[in-house]
Amino acid sequence: MGIKTKTGVYVCHCGSNIAATVDVEDVTTFAARLPHVKTARHYPYMCSDPGQGLIRQDIRDKGLNRIVVAACSPRIHENTFRRTLEEAGLNPYCLEMANIREQCSWVHGDRSGATAKARKTVAAAAARARLLEPLQQKEVPVEPAVLVLGGGIAGIQCALDVAGAGFTVYLVEKEPSIGGRMAQLDKTFPTLDCSACILTPRMVDAAAHPRIELLSYSCLEEVSGYAGNFSVRVRKKARYVDADRCTGCGDCARECRLAGRVPSSFDLGLGRRSAIYRPFPQAVPAHYTIDRQRCLFLTKGRCGDAPPCVQVCSPGAIDFEQRDEVVELKVGAIVVATGCDLFDPSRKPEYGYRDYNNVITAMELERLLSASGPTEGSVVLGEGEDASVPRDIAFIKCVGSRDKSAGSEHCSKVCCMYTAKLAHLLGEKVPGASIRVYYMDVRASGKGYEEFYDRVRREGVRYIRGSPSEIFQRGSRLVVKVEDTLASTPLEDEVDMVVLAVGLEARGDAGRIVDMLRLSRSADGFFLEAHPKLAPVDTAVDGIYLAGACQAPKDIPDTVAQAKAAAASALGLLSAGRIKVGAEVCVVNEETCRGCGYCVQICPYGAVELAFSERYSHETALVNEVLCKGCGACAAACFSGSMQQRSFRDEHILSQVAVLGSKGKGDQV
Amino acid sequence: MEERFEPNIVAFLCNWCSYAGADLAGTSRMQYPPNVHIVRVMCTGRINPLFVVNAFQQGADGVLVSGCHPGECHYREGNYHARRRFTLLRELLVFTGVDRRRFNMSWVSASEGAKWREVVREAVEMAREAGPFEQFRREMIGW
Repeated sequence: MGIKTKTGVYVCHCGSNIAATVDVEDVTTFAARLPHVKTARHYPYMCSDPGQGLIRQDIRDKGLNRIVVAACSPRIHENTFRRTLEEAGLNPYCLEMANIREQCSWVHGDRSGATAKARKTVAAAAARARLLEPLQQKEVPVEPAVLVLGGGIAGIQCALDVAGAGFTVYLVEKEPSIGGRMAQLDKTFPTLDCSACILTPRMVDAAAHPRIELLSYSCLEEVSGYAGNFSVRVRKKARYVDADRCTGCGDCARECRLAGRVPSSFDLGLGRRSAIYRPFPQAVPAHYTIDRQRCLFLTKGRCGDAPPCVQVCSPGAIDFEQRDEVVELKVGAIVVATGCDLFDPSRKPEYGYRDYNNVITAMELERLLSASGPTEGSVVLGEGEDASVPRDIAFIKCVGSRDKSAGSEHCSKVCCMYTAKLAHLLGEKVPGASIRVYYMDVRASGKGYEEFYDRVRREGVRYIRGSPSEIFQRGSRLVVKVEDTLASTPLEDEVDMVVLAVGLEARGDAGRIVDMLRLSRSADGFFLEAHPKLAPVDTAVDGIYLAGACQAPKDIPDTVAQAKAAAASALGLLSAGRIKVGAEVCVVNEETCRGCGYCVQICPYGAVELAFSERYSHETALVNEVLCKGCGACAAACFSGSMQQRSFRDEHILSQVAVLGSKGKGDQV
Repeated sequence: MEERFEPNIVAFLCNWCSYAGADLAGTSRMQYPPNVHIVRVMCTGRINPLFVVNAFQQGADGVLVSGCHPGECHYREGNYHARRRFTLLRELLVFTGVDRRRFNMSWVSASEGAKWREVVREAVEMAREAGPFEQFRREMIGW
């Protein structure tokens, strides 16, 4: 028989968070009578330094070798208390937490019911703690490289910070150029900096950085491995243009037979381009790409007698033989910065976005205002002789935000400010324009935001509180039907143009990323952070971090801040150079294992293999502890119970079930 | 007045989705009955069907298994294994005469605190309707 189990039980009040609903003294007295419990105490804040000190002291003085902390969720403080054990010289895996806050005091109002449940929870934890074994973590080296997914401002900033610290970065962008949403903007609020002017130097820096490998026009195919050692497959899509030869002169685009006939997605269809194109003039990388869905030669097999792009390209960069290339990368950390989609206003048919040409989205206005946009910065509606400059302009806010009927309950955070900015810019571009903004609330919390909103109102932009119910045509003009809810007056406002301040939403293909990286999503569809307050850039998967609008709608300053935070988190992992891998992995009892191999088949990580055991003279399963992620699937599948998961052995779980399943209050363990 | 029967339910929750969802219900102060006692495992794929049977043997009136939504398993496919096992186990339990309402399976993600509350409320209600469960009880188990 081994060393006698001496358990200490520590019940936390968490101020009044637990103590108000659970009788902590009763639970402590009860715990003291449990088998193998040597001591039981309660304390206002177990996680505080004196609280932890209490545990350390008892471990040293009373020779405790198992600790039960009845407090908050293990997802919050398990690591804190494991360190406490370690500091007192006890193996950190000899800890068991009883969750009597999130899953007890906070969800039950009735004191006697909550106290009875807390008793049982503590008894089950003590029963399990008795069986826990000391475990050791393994250390493995970390790949000194980071994969950054998404080349918007978040990805660019993160890549620059990581590369600046001396590590390799692979920056993957699905579009032909990096730049993302910010590249599409004309000016940025509240300072009215020209978006391209502040962004393009960063884009160039990222592309020119010796430690940043830019993989534009590429997409993620597969991810395997774990924190510190991810293996990633990236598909570099064929551009049909030799990047080494292309000088970016643009002769090919001018001569293309489809020149001016392909809608430009960068300009949201407002402008037209060729089949061979560069999304915008400041694109990085600067070389051209052939649109494989549009190019006559690629779709029809011929383009006149010969494709004119090939004829005019003097460096001979056009290469129709080019194929997609799949590259394998090894990285230690992954930063997801895949951004967001814009709400499609045709989902609110009452605004007539599909029916009327002069109902446009804010991003479309952004492109019209941009000097490098389809109209070179002038705000005109219609083409040719019908072209006219709008005089009366209405903005409608919260289109696809705070709108349950449209399926998006969240506030998109940026629309209030970009509406103010666009209203200001329109006032500059169209002198004498009359601009009104229909709003529900104005949320201008941010440095200089309220001041900017104030300025825009003083400039003559009228803010009218009301959410329009309908937009319809009257002659050549549009009518916005709305109730001014402050004046309680129904209005029919005749305007020349309506701008819809569309909200931000999760990417349509976010599910693909979730599947590949095993991330979670919050109810609004955005990627879920590990903790909303304390781990806003971490995810549930170690070594994978979030930056920018893929986590929640964000403006540029917040995006950049989060990108820098994600870079710092990734750098923390990389600069440590080594990472400890899970101790709660699976283990085989070679003596009883008959080598059926069912565990080999069920393991999703290829961590189990069959090998001949010299000692027992038959084939047995063998677990690679570095590859094992500790899910326990093999343990549940094993017919003979030979495969077990450390800390989650059958007897661990059954010890809890024995207490929790019993009708009693947990006293007869 | 006759005292209302309070069923005792054992719930097996995966660490990444449902346990986190149950934590979220707490953080959001959502109220639900205290009849459900949670056993945390890393993945629903770890749950041996015999754990469920054992819970009934110990005296549980109901058992609940909850994990990540299909396709969202932290370990890729553990919840698919669980789904197969427990669909089968449920039918087997019903075959042996166990009331269908005693054993439930659900998918609760880390962001679905409200769903967890509903799952608990329903499980408690169903087990209450089914009444005390005695058929599987054993004083000692030799497993």
